[in-house]
Formats: sequence, structure tokens, C-alpha cells
Amino acid sequence: MTIGSASSLDAAPVDLNGPGHYLHWGVIQISVANLVVIAVMLLIFVLAIVLPFPKGRGRK
Amino acid sequence: MSRRARSAEPDPYSFGSRPYDLVKEFTIALVAVLVLTFALAAVFSSPDEKPLTIATWSTADPGDFTATALSELDATSPTAGYGPPYNTAAEGQKLGPLALANTAGVTHPIDTAQAFVLGPLTSAPHTPQVAAALSTYTAASSTAQAAWTSAYSDALAKANGDPTKVAPGDYGPVPILLAQLLSQAQAGSLDGALLSEGGFYQTDYTLPLLFLADGSNLAAQADADHLSGDQWGMMNETGNFPGQAWLWLYTFWYQISPYNTSVNADALVMGTMAIMVLLFVFVPYIPGLRSIPRLVPVYKLIWRQHYTKQKQDSDRR
Amino acid sequence: MTEPIGTPGSVAAPESEAGGWTGAVRRRAVAALPPDKLLPDTQPAYMASWIYVFGVLTLAAFVVVLATGTALAIEGPAWWHTSGFGHYVNSLHLWSVELFMGFMVIHLWGKFFMAAWRGRRALTWITGAVAFLGSVGTAFTGYLVQQNFDSQWIATQAKDGLNSVGIGAYFNVLNFGQMLMWHIVLLPALVGVLVVLHLLMVRHRGIVPPLARPGVAAESAVAEPIETSEPVAGS
Repeated sequence: MTIGSASSLDAAPVDLNGPGHYLHWGVIQISVANLVVIAVMLLIFVLAIVLPFPKGRGRK
Repeated sequence: MSRRARSAEPDPYSFGSRPYDLVKEFTIALVAVLVLTFALAAVFSSPDEKPLTIATWSTADPGDFTATALSELDATSPTAGYGPPYNTAAEGQKLGPLALANTAGVTHPIDTAQAFVLGPLTSAPHTPQVAAALSTYTAASSTAQAAWTSAYSDALAKANGDPTKVAPGDYGPVPILLAQLLSQAQAGSLDGALLSEGGFYQTDYTLPLLFLADGSNLAAQADADHLSGDQWGMMNETGNFPGQAWLWLYTFWYQISPYNTSVNADALVMGTMAIMVLLFVFVPYIPGLRSIPRLVPVYKLIWRQHYTKQKQDSDRR
Repeated sequence: MTEPIGTPGSVAAPESEAGGWTGAVRRRAVAALPPDKLLPDTQPAYMASWIYVFGVLTLAAFVVVLATGTALAIEGPAWWHTSGFGHYVNSLHLWSVELFMGFMVIHLWGKFFMAAWRGRRALTWITGAVAFLGSVGTAFTGYLVQQNFDSQWIATQAKDGLNSVGIGAYFNVLNFGQMLMWHIVLLPALVGVLVVLHLLMVRHRGIVPPLARPGVAAESAVAEPIETSEPVAGS
């Protein structure tokens, strides 16, 4: 029997409660959620380095 | 190369400058973060898995509760055998030759039999039968107590943890005590009793949490939620929420040898992380580490506009 | 002497000694951070990359974390379990923390690859690194004081790591009251102080110039090279 239960006080549009999804790769186990966060961060980092920056009068 | 020469960098403004609005930039950043925060919170919300209580645990699994209470009584529970800071039953972990846990000492002494069983039984209203069982138990020699508890422990195991199916035997007052504790637990008074042992006003949940952790339900629920230590659990959150992903390096060591088989795993990981922290904080002074930016030339991308302009200027000269 | 000693405008003492301790502190502060260095309206031309926005994004996220945390503090630590609005405020706090940590790490990656500790900026790196670690600790105590299943598990697990090296003898993660105080008072104060120092140092030293390209003398646009500039070999 599962003892704890998720709060159902508010129904979020994207309900992240419920069984988590995990990926296994050798000794590495990572949640899809964490993987997405890390992947997005890496993507943003690469974009920040690579995307052209407005020349001339500053970036506003 | 002289230290002065090594530390000297060109003046930041020696390459030209342009107008820049610091306050405006901060304001834009603040608005952007606020918008993102409001949106993410509205779309995804946040997790709130209800806590276990001793009441829900003992109701769902009276066998596990009884076995745990018995182990507190006969000091065979993980807490009873923990060592510092709770007692001297064990030496505490060592980091090589350093016995740091032992040095820090027993700062939160817990006598498990008294704290988890005898104390709550005594302080709650109880029948004369229970009162007699309590005085029989406390008056008995430790040999007698050990004989009763170990016999009951074996019998409980044989009955698959079901106290109602235990075979008759010489268990002394132990079955009465545990049955009474179970009904206190299921009624919900044990949660409060363990919390308020230190007084009326309490914010220290050490006793109820240790008691829950000595049982198997907390760990079973955590394992189901993929939060266990051997599941990289430190990084994870219940459900599909992101967790503390930044703890990846701390939890990594627990997954590999020699950490995952060592009795001093926690201390070893702490020691390793202490070294990692020093390497991280003092990067500017660490040869090799501080050269990585030159060897992995991300900088050429970051400053490519500047280098292009420098080349154009020097070609022109 | 036409006016009493000590009033503004008196000429009794030389400017560099006037004003006692206060005057000395003021002069040092103004020398380290004159107003147009503290709040400049220009920036070096080589700051031409989007990577440079992540410092200010981290700072903005920090402000939102503090504000949402303050909102939670107004109603107390149990509010969000029973109020739908409280739960939303808790979500604001969680996601602003995710943004804060995300922006801070991207900022850290950028600064590392720029070797931003060059030119007497080691302390800028160090305050940033310690602020990061302080933030990890603040987040950790935050998870502890949620008062739900997650808190129960994290507390009973973390105690083993901390107990193993004696820290647990003084820092009891099972003690909700203690952890709440660390989370809302002690650690935010520490992180706040470090962030302020970090920012002041960035303003004081200026943004680190580009690494010299291999084989090229130290970058300089002026006709006369800046004194003692040599390519920083880095090791």
C-alpha cells in the first residue's frame, strides 16, 4: 500500500505528480525532469556563446 | 615571469567602450525572471507528497511497526546501534585515520528503549494491566529482558510480522507493552508524544523521524519514488519534478567503488567532496585546472567580435 | 580660522586626515568605487556576447527568490499545504530557485571559460564560488523545511552524511526549527553578503578583458602598450 499521496489542492495544466520517469545508462540513473533541465541549460549556454550579438550601439 | 607581470591585465576600457544602461538591464532581467517564474509556477506547480506519520505507518503495517518498536526496546534498531551523535553503541565513521564523528561526540543522547517505548507508554493513560507490565519489565534484569525480547523477535518473524499470529511462548510483558504502543500509535497519540518529550513547545522532530526511519515504510516509499541513495536519489524529486540536479557530483560517488561498499562511505564521500570544493573555490591558483580555458578555447567564440576588430585594426596599421 | 574646528568648510586639518574614522572609511570607499565606477553608463566594447547577461539574470532571480520566500514567511511554513494560493506562492519560490540555480551555473560556465579570475580578480571568483556553495546549502535547508514526505526522506538520509564527519552533532537536519532558521535567516544572509561583495568587486576591478590570442602580444588598442603586459600563459 502506498502511504504518501500527492496533494490534489490545485490541478496544474501540466501535472508532474505521478510516477517519475527515469533513464538508465550504465551506473548513471537520471530523471527525465533533471535531464531536461540540464539539456536546456547546456542549450542556452551554447546559444549564448554562438548567437550573434548586435554590433554598434549596445544591446537594447 | 614576475608576479606583477602575471597579474597585470589591460585596462578594460583600453579597447573602446559603448553606452550601457546598467539599471535598465537589471530591470529588464527582473521583469523577464518574474514572467518566467509566474509562468512556470502556473504551468507546473510544485510537489507536495504528504508526510508519513506514525499513525499511518502503524495502521498500514502493524507488523513492521511492532518489529521496529521491539528493536528499539532491545536496542537492535539502526538508531540504537548508530553511535555518535545519539549514543556510544558504535564508533562512528572514520575518514582514514580521522574519527570526526567520535570527536564531536554524543550531543543528542537517545536511549531508544526509553525514548520510543517505555517513556510514551508510561506518560500516556494506560490500564492496570499495562502498568503491571511496565513495572515487571523495568524491574527485571537485563538478561531477562533480553531473553523476552529475543524470543518475541523470533516468534514475530515466524508469524510473518503479524502480532496476532505469534505462537505462545515466554515473552514476559513484552507483547502487552508492544500491543499497547501499537494502539497508541494507531490512535495518533504517539506522533505527538514523541515530539513533545522535550517539552510543550517543540520544533525538533528528531525522535519521530528516527523512529519512522528505523521502520521499513519510509525507505520503501522513498524507493518507490526513486529517491534511494543507490538510485542517485539525492538529485531527485517526487513525481516528475526536477530535483536538486546540482547535487550530481555529491551523489555520484555513492554509486561507485570503493564508496558503495565501504562502511565509511558517508565520511569518504564527505572527504572527497571537501577536496572537490577546494579545487572549485581555488581554481585561480591551481595549475592545470586554470589552464583549461586556454586549452578548450570557448573564449575564441565569446570574444570573436573583439578579435575580428583587433585584427582589422592591426591590418590597417 | 573663522569657524570652529570640525564644521564643514573649516580649514583646521588637511583633507586627507579630516573626519576621523568616518572620513577615512568614506575616502577609502570613494577611492575604491567612485560613483561612475559603481554605476557606470558605459561598458567595454569587447562585451559583445549574450553570455554576459547571465550575471544580472542570476541577480534578478535572487531578488525573486527572496521576495517569494518573504511571501511564504508572512503566513508561516505550514500555509502552503492548506491554501491553494499558498501552494502557488510555494511554486513561485521553487521555480525562481530553479531559474536562480540555472542562471548561476550558466554564468559560472561562462566565467570559467573566460578565465575571469585574471587580473587580480581571484577574489571575485572565490566569492562567486562560495556564494554558489552557500546557495546549494540554502536550497538544501529549503527542501528540509517543506514539511512533507520529501523533507522526511531528505532529513533522515542527509543526517548520515553529516553525522559521519561530526557536523551532525551541531547541525541537526531532523530539527525543523533549527533548519528553518538556517534557511530563512543565516544562509540567505551569508549568500546576500557574498553577492554584494562579489558585485562590488566586479565594479571595482571591471569586467575581465579578453584572453590574449595565442602568439599575439597582450591585446591592447592603445599606441603604447600597457606596462608589463605579457601573454598570460595560465599555468
